[in-house]
Amino acid sequence: MDALVAQLQMQYRNYTASLYQQGFLDDQFTELKKLQDDASPDFVAEVLSLFFEDCVKLIGNMARALDQTGTVDFSQVGASVHQLKGSSSSVGAKRVKGLCVTFKEYCEANNYEGCVRCLQQIDIEYKALKTKLQDMFNLEKQIVQAGGKVPQVDN
Amino acid sequence: MVCEMETDHQIDEMDVEVLSSMWPEDVGGTEPDNQFNVEKPAGDSDTLKEVDIAEKRTMADLKRLPELMNTTDQGSSQLTNLVKQWEYMQDHAVRLLREELKILTKQREEAEAKELKIIEEHNFETEEPENVPVLDESSDLFRRFKEKKSDALVGRKRIEVDEEFDTVAYWKQKALSLEKMLEASTERERRLIEKLNESLKTMESHSAPVEELTQNLKRAEGFLHFILQNAPIVMGHQDKDLRYLFIYNKFPTLREHDILGKTDVEIFHGGGVKESEDFKREVLEKGKASKREITFETDLFGSKTFLIYVEPVYNKAGEKIGINYMGMEVTDQVRKREKMAKLREDNAVRKAMESELTKTIHITEETMRAKQMLATMSHEIRSPLSGVVGMAEILSTTKLDKEQRQLLNVMISSGDLVLQLINDILDLSKVESGVMKLEATKFRPREVVKHVLQTAAASLKKDLTLEGNIADEVPILVVGDVLRIRQILTNLISNAIKFTHQGKVGIKLKVIPEPSFASDNTLNADAQEQNGMAETSVWIRCDVYDTGIGIPENALPCLFKKYMQASADHARKYGGTGLGLAICKQLVELMGGQLTVTSQVNLGSTFTFILPYKVATANDHSDDQEEFSDMVDHQPEPDDTTEGYFQFKPLLGSIYSNGGPVISNNFLPHKVMLNSPVKLINGFVDNTGQSEAVQVENGDYMDEARHETRSGHCPEYENGNGPCPSKESESCSSSQASSEMESELTVSSPREDVKTEPEVRETIKQPNILLVEDNKINIMVAKSMMKQLGYTFDIANNGVEAITAINGSSYDLVLMDVCMPVLDGLKATRLIRAYEESGTWDAAVEAGVDTKKLENKQLHVRSTNRLPIIAMTANTLAESSEECYANGMDSFISKPVTLQKLKECLQKYLH
Repeated sequence: MDALVAQLQMQYRNYTASLYQQGFLDDQFTELKKLQDDASPDFVAEVLSLFFEDCVKLIGNMARALDQTGTVDFSQVGASVHQLKGSSSSVGAKRVKGLCVTFKEYCEANNYEGCVRCLQQIDIEYKALKTKLQDMFNLEKQIVQAGGKVPQVDN
Repeated sequence: MVCEMETDHQIDEMDVEVLSSMWPEDVGGTEPDNQFNVEKPAGDSDTLKEVDIAEKRTMADLKRLPELMNTTDQGSSQLTNLVKQWEYMQDHAVRLLREELKILTKQREEAEAKELKIIEEHNFETEEPENVPVLDESSDLFRRFKEKKSDALVGRKRIEVDEEFDTVAYWKQKALSLEKMLEASTERERRLIEKLNESLKTMESHSAPVEELTQNLKRAEGFLHFILQNAPIVMGHQDKDLRYLFIYNKFPTLREHDILGKTDVEIFHGGGVKESEDFKREVLEKGKASKREITFETDLFGSKTFLIYVEPVYNKAGEKIGINYMGMEVTDQVRKREKMAKLREDNAVRKAMESELTKTIHITEETMRAKQMLATMSHEIRSPLSGVVGMAEILSTTKLDKEQRQLLNVMISSGDLVLQLINDILDLSKVESGVMKLEATKFRPREVVKHVLQTAAASLKKDLTLEGNIADEVPILVVGDVLRIRQILTNLISNAIKFTHQGKVGIKLKVIPEPSFASDNTLNADAQEQNGMAETSVWIRCDVYDTGIGIPENALPCLFKKYMQASADHARKYGGTGLGLAICKQLVELMGGQLTVTSQVNLGSTFTFILPYKVATANDHSDDQEEFSDMVDHQPEPDDTTEGYFQFKPLLGSIYSNGGPVISNNFLPHKVMLNSPVKLINGFVDNTGQSEAVQVENGDYMDEARHETRSGHCPEYENGNGPCPSKESESCSSSQASSEMESELTVSSPREDVKTEPEVRETIKQPNILLVEDNKINIMVAKSMMKQLGYTFDIANNGVEAITAINGSSYDLVLMDVCMPVLDGLKATRLIRAYEESGTWDAAVEAGVDTKKLENKQLHVRSTNRLPIIAMTANTLAESSEECYANGMDSFISKPVTLQKLKECLQKYLH
């Protein structure tokens, strides 16, 4: 039993750390993890599900704004990008945040091509992050089920 | 109008011809084409042309011109002048004749007086003997004289008869001869009078002085022609419809019927024609003579500039009837003038450029001085700083408690960073100011590569494979500045390691043909010749490659710029001065080479530099053996000189693998390892035996991650637990902190003490906090943090809501997002501050905030205290801290907000 927990914990550590190393996550995610306690055991999951909902909504907004025939309202796109940037920054979704920064620059430069490219990348990134985080949560569940404690993983 | 075909021959021709064509009156007799027609059968075409040209010089509408002459003042004044002149001359002639007559009359009187005297004498002698009473004779003298004259024939007869008398006869003879003379004189007088009368008569009969006027006119014409003969002038008269009535042209090219009765526009086409027509019309309308320069661009005579004088012509009644027009070709003058203007302009431009250049030179000098100064200063700073860092390092070897050691570590790493920065600045300013001198020394490229890799491996804290690969054709011994080359290699390698977390980092050397950019780099060749090396040169390409995070394409251009890193994010995470690559590039270029980079995000980067080297001759080899082996700090082993491949695994692995298979923990820096509780490590050690199995089991999700790296080296993933090894100081301290936490985790909940703190405070006072934030997730996160810290707060979603909330209840602290819809944080803060000063929300109302919500403003007027407002900024340019302060905010927290930051902030503002 102990061995299984330890193994799962090990796996969890490695996996989480790889997420940090590959730049999916940053310190802010750690911060988020710290906020989760017995009083709110699903805090991170809640925040993240909110975040992914936000992603769907905002990316939809951006896509619609960029899909306009005629002149694209870059300020409208930029507003959504700003929102997403704030959200991703808050949850520590590093890659998404980085893309948002670039995206915002393109918006300010009214660079349509760049914006579309960024939007596509963001779409890919947040989905990738979602899968990875789901894996992570699954691991957490397994650890808890095996009677272990989810270890704290730092960047 | 002007023909360029001017030759001497033509001029001769003209001399003959033109006299008669000057004024229209004279031309009157000949038909315009007469000459042409007559000559046609005779001369060849050339002559014809010349004749034609000469003839067509003047063209006039003969029917209308005289009429014009008569109707205008100018025309009649000429004739009046001539008539006056003639009259004057006639008067003069009459006067002369009168004078002559006067003289003759006088002569006659004299002659009569003389005769009378003679007669008296004669009478005296003759009368004595005849006894003629003296009184009678004298009183009737004149009458008698006349009588005698009338019958002179009788008297002469008598004289002949009386010859034979002695003295009396003599006197008689004398009297007779005198009488004859008198008679002749009288006769002459009579004839003269006759002639005078006749002349007077003829004079009076000369009523029409055509002959003389014609002469005068011819003279005037001749005079004008004399002056105008060679003048490049066109003159003309046009009627009020601007149709030509008369034209004089030195070089005519058109025939009379082509011009007369037509306007300019009808005759010519091209630039300037319309302008001249408009100008003429303008003069005609304004009635004021004026001049203008017009450039014509016509098919007929090409591009010519004319100075045109146009004056209006009036008839005697004062009505405008047309214009006189005179044009002079000034093309050359205009061209000269333009040339002058251009020269003057060029001169001015050159002067401006000169002054600009002087300025630039001045600035350059200043810059050089500044750089020199920077270099000097950097040097001055380096020495004492080295002391500080050195002492700190010594201090770190003494016995210290945990906190002291932590502080000291930060101090040392910060000091190291500053030292590195200063060294970089020094290098850079040396290269830029041209102070840096390159040394030519012999060295072995293989040894240099090996040494650089060895050194890097020695301090490697990650599980990276370092490899060197040198192609066989690379010479064993080359000449170059080995120190600088090592500096470049070390720099590139440490960069590669910094940004690579898994896989490998390596150096590849191979010989390439001379690159295109080098062929015109003569300077480089010169420099090499100066070295006195006659050896052949070889171009070696050096690739420093990694399997790291890569560089996004948009960051490539500024990669080699000073103080620039691929992104601010990287700067924060990986540290560094941002000078390394700039120095590498400058050094490579200084040595006549080129530094380039190719990269793919998440796959790795390759930095390539190409440098020329001299190949050292073999006989030098043995002589310099010690020298270069000294230099590269190398133990000369026969194998090494030709070995083409090296590989290094991190040294750390071997150090810590004493305890068996603890490889998975290599990636924690040793400081962390030492500080980490043994418990934790033991936990790992227990499991390390199974690490391989774990690896395989988790293959499914590991694969996803593996696309990041080119190498499929499994153990890399074991380093998952390792902190980012780049920014040493920060990562070390943070990982220390976190490992502490981890260690506590095993004992008790780490948050217990954190929790108790706010609980205690809660009993004293629960502060009212307002969070103004539009992002749901941010709110959620903040809420959770606040909860952990033991606070509750109200939420406003934008500036307007914030104002409404502040108006509705009193707060102790406001956390304000800067960038929000409806009303942003900066504006909201300004309005709140305005309210605090004035006690009313007038400013807010003016700004468009709904007034209804602010009705009960009297209820919650805040106390004298200033409401602390903390900005939450995303740290972008648009949300600078300066701006926050300028808008009345008290402090700011950079986003993303962390528990620590929030805690510090709340502690500071809530007492």
